[in-house]
Amino acid sequence: MSKVKEKAKIMQGKEIEKALSRLAHEILEKIPDVGRLAIIGIRNRGAYLAERIAEKIEEIARIKVPLGVIDITLYRDDLSAIGPQPVVRSTEIPFDITGKMIILVDDVLYTGRTVRAALDELTDFGRSGIIQLAVLVDRGHRELPIRADYVGKNIPTSQEEMVEVRLKEVDGREEVIVVSKGL
Amino acid sequence: MKWKRKDLLGLEELSAQEIEFILDTAESFKEVSLRPIKKVPALRGKTIVNLFFEPSTRTRTSFELAAKRLSADMVNISASTSSVVKGETLKDTAKNIEAMKVDVIIMRHSLPGAPYFLAKIIGPSLINAGDGAHEHPTQGLLDLFTMRENKGRIKGLKVVIIGDIAHSRVARSNIWGLLKLGAEVAVAGPATLIPPQIERMGVKVYYRVEEAVRKADVINVLRIQLERQKTGLFPSLREYRQIFGVNRERLKDARPDLLIMHPGPINRGVEIDPDVADGPHSVILDQVTNGLAVRMAVLYLLAGGKSEAID
Repeated sequence: MSKVKEKAKIMQGKEIEKALSRLAHEILEKIPDVGRLAIIGIRNRGAYLAERIAEKIEEIARIKVPLGVIDITLYRDDLSAIGPQPVVRSTEIPFDITGKMIILVDDVLYTGRTVRAALDELTDFGRSGIIQLAVLVDRGHRELPIRADYVGKNIPTSQEEMVEVRLKEVDGREEVIVVSKGL
Repeated sequence: MKWKRKDLLGLEELSAQEIEFILDTAESFKEVSLRPIKKVPALRGKTIVNLFFEPSTRTRTSFELAAKRLSADMVNISASTSSVVKGETLKDTAKNIEAMKVDVIIMRHSLPGAPYFLAKIIGPSLINAGDGAHEHPTQGLLDLFTMRENKGRIKGLKVVIIGDIAHSRVARSNIWGLLKLGAEVAVAGPATLIPPQIERMGVKVYYRVEEAVRKADVINVLRIQLERQKTGLFPSLREYRQIFGVNRERLKDARPDLLIMHPGPINRGVEIDPDVADGPHSVILDQVTNGLAVRMAVLYLLAGGKSEAID
């Protein structure tokens, strides 16, 4: 394993919370028909962010939003490429997505390939209404025609860098940092 | 952990960690069969061959559905309709299938060790779907999965395997898997159907079913292979049923939360009575459902993504 070096701390706990609150407000502004709203997080960290956004929407609009989790492993386009085999976790969408306005949530938007896989998987669950994308961080370098509808923070990066989002549910602390893959 | 094996030949050679990894992966796959579209693209473009030299419904169908739900292409070959009847050797048959660029071969064969021999000489992954009386690893795994799902653990469970232990590959795969994961295993049945010195595997032996089931958490009842009756190992099916058949009377001292399993096909009214097989303690059909998830997990681990991990 090559060493990684922390280069900069981009967000801390408070800023992450603020960004998520702003995302919740923006979603409610853009989607007037909240009765059809549903939120689906992409495993792993997107699932926790989705949960938090749903809680915030619940506080603001006093409605319970259906919440789901999607694991895109089986839909990856690099499954047969050489590399460590990803662990499969389950997808849990406990509601019918037909006609729903779906907000997909992920932590970092990079090449767009994860989102592509998630869209393919969602299609296999039914015909939803609008699907929009919310991410905590957009770091650029898209390889597919995909963009986010709601962005917590834009962080310009180089391809040699990685953006790591750490959340209390998974990592025990809250931060977004840029690290270099350094040799 | 990372999966590193090319083949799945038996549970004897797997570590506890590897077995648990397969079971954990299977848990995620269980959900795929509940979706409106029961198909994921994980093994798109892979070719899988079912090569069965012995009859099978459950195992062959289960593997076929597992492959299809992972979007792989599946070909079925059964010995009776293949060139085997023209005298082709096992090695030649397998080499010819390999030459058609397949990714996985699933084989059932009456000779113990046949899949081990083939796995060494061919490139595709090989899955043992039963080799004689030796092993049937995916059945062992789905039994473990079902016990873990219902009891929440394997470690410390008291499991009794009842019936024809001597001729059963299911018994061997169960024993290896259960012991590795820390269960207490016993076997029960007529002395003629229990291999001598089986205690050396680390299991207890009972010759009376009533005694064996008294403290058991799980009983796994094996099929009495009717064809064995001719060999004189037990006098008649009726006598077998009277002395060793699992019925309500024989289970009256068993634990109230006893789990009853059977790998199928069932001889109703021989090794197990219908009211027990269909009763509230029975998870026989859950085993079949879980078998599909376990086989999807195994196919995914062997054929989905090369795990020549770069460290």
